[in-house]
Amino acid sequence: MEPGGAAMAAAGCCLRPFSCERGLLSRPDGSAAFVQGDTSVLAGLYGPAEVRGSKESPERATLEVLLRPKVGLPGVGERSREQLLRQTCEAVVLGALHPRTAITLVLQVLSDAGSLLSCCLNAACMGLLDAGLPLSALFCGVTCALDAQGAIVLDPTTRQEQEARAVLTFAIDSTEKKVLMATTRGSCSVEEMQQCLVAAQRAADTIFQFYRDSACRRYSKS
Amino acid sequence: MAEGGKMAAGSGKMAAEAAVGQVVLPGDVLLLPARPGHDAEQLPLGSEAAPRGRLLCGPGLRRCAAGLLVTKCGLLRHRQPGGGGGAAAGGAYWVDSQQKRYVPVKGDQVIGIVTARAGDVFRLDVGGSEQASLSYLAFEGATKRNRPNVQVGDLIYGQFLVANKDMEPEMVCIDSSGKASGMGVIGQDGFLFKVSLGLIRKLLAPKCEIIQELSQLYPFELVLGMNGRIWVKAKTVQQTLIIVNILEACEYMTSEQRKQALAKLSGN
Repeated sequence: MEPGGAAMAAAGCCLRPFSCERGLLSRPDGSAAFVQGDTSVLAGLYGPAEVRGSKESPERATLEVLLRPKVGLPGVGERSREQLLRQTCEAVVLGALHPRTAITLVLQVLSDAGSLLSCCLNAACMGLLDAGLPLSALFCGVTCALDAQGAIVLDPTTRQEQEARAVLTFAIDSTEKKVLMATTRGSCSVEEMQQCLVAAQRAADTIFQFYRDSACRRYSKS
Repeated sequence: MAEGGKMAAGSGKMAAEAAVGQVVLPGDVLLLPARPGHDAEQLPLGSEAAPRGRLLCGPGLRRCAAGLLVTKCGLLRHRQPGGGGGAAAGGAYWVDSQQKRYVPVKGDQVIGIVTARAGDVFRLDVGGSEQASLSYLAFEGATKRNRPNVQVGDLIYGQFLVANKDMEPEMVCIDSSGKASGMGVIGQDGFLFKVSLGLIRKLLAPKCEIIQELSQLYPFELVLGMNGRIWVKAKTVQQTLIIVNILEACEYMTSEQRKQALAKLSGN
C-alpha cells in the first residue's frame, strides 16, 4: 500500500488519507485497489479483449463497466453509477486505437464509508493505468458536501453525506483540470456549485501528484 | 523521486530529452527541440527542409500540436538514430511500460495455440483480442499435397505477417526467403507458461544476463514469444520446472538475488 495522505495536511485541503495498491490480482490485465478513509474499492480491468455479439463497434473499443455492491445484486443505484463511470472513462480512453475489442472494468465495493463514487473513479483510473491502455489524460474523482451553513466538506463520510444539504461529485481531468463528469444530489445555488468545483480542482492536484508518485515508485524497481 | 517533484502535479510539459529515463504519465506533453529556421506555416521546400534525423514515435506516444503526447504510464526511452551525426531531433522515443495484455504487432515472433482447423487455415490463440489465422501453406516445404502435420492444441512459433487494428492478424512460419528459421510447430513435451510483457522484452534484449547465467546451469531449450509466452524443455521434468521457477521469479528479483539463487542451484 502506498499512502498518499501524508502530503495532505501541508496542502491545506481536507481529503481523508488515501492509498492505492496496483497489480494485486493475477488474472485481470490490470487491477488496483483504492482506499479513501474507510471507503475502499477494488478494480479489475480486462482488455483489449474479444468482444461478443452486438456490442462490437467497428470504430472504437466497447467499454463496459460493472459495479458490484458489497452485498447483494447490483440495483438501480449501481446502474446509474456504472453509466457515469463509463462516460468518464470513455472521455479519456483512446478507444479508436483498438476497434472491435471490448474493455471491461469491474469494480467491487469492499467497504462504503462515504464518497463511494469518487473512490470508484480513482480506482478506475488506476486500473486503466495499470492495464496500460492508451489514455489521452488521467482523471480523478472528488466528492464535496455542502452542510446546512453552506460550508464545503471535501471527501465526506457517510454521516456527513446524510447531514449535508447537497452532495456533489466531480470527475476532473489532469491536463486542463476540466470537468469530465458532474453529478449532484440535493439543492445548491450556482455560486455554491462553482465554489465546490474550485475546491475539487484544488484537491485534484493532490490526487494527481499522488498518481505520479505512485507511478514513480512502481517503475523505480525495474 | 526528486525528478518527479519538479513537475507540476497534474500534467507535465517538459523537454523530451530531459524526460528520458523518467516516469511519464498519460496526458504529459513532451516538447521537441525546435529546428533552426523551421517554420510550421511554410511549406518545407528544397534540400535544406528535409531534416537529417527523422523522429520516430514509438509505443505509448502520439503526435500532437505541441510535440508528443504520452498515452501510457512508464519509463520514457530514447534511441539515437543509427547513422549518428548528432541530429538532436532524430531517433526514436517510446514508453517502456509494464502490461499483461498483448496487442499484435507486425513482425513480432509469438507462440500461438491452435484452436481450430477451418479449411485451409488454422486459428491460433495468441493472447490478443482476436484469434490469428495461419495458412497451411505458410510452413517450410509445405505444398497443396504435402500438408504440415498440425493438430488442435499444438503450439506454434511464428511471426505476424499482417497485424493492424482493423484486420484479423495473420501469421506465417517462414521468413521472406521461405526458410523456417526456427519457426514452426513446437515439439510434443516441454512446458508453456505466461509472464508479463516487460519481462519478455528484458529476456529478449541482446546479451541478456538472465539467459546467459541460466545457460551455464545445464542445457535446455527455450522459446520466447513476444506475447508473454515462454516454452521450456530440459532433459528431465525437474530441470524444466527449475528453469520455469527461476524465470517466473526473475521479474521480482534483483540481479544479486538472482545470482544467489543460481549459485545455490549450481552447488547441488
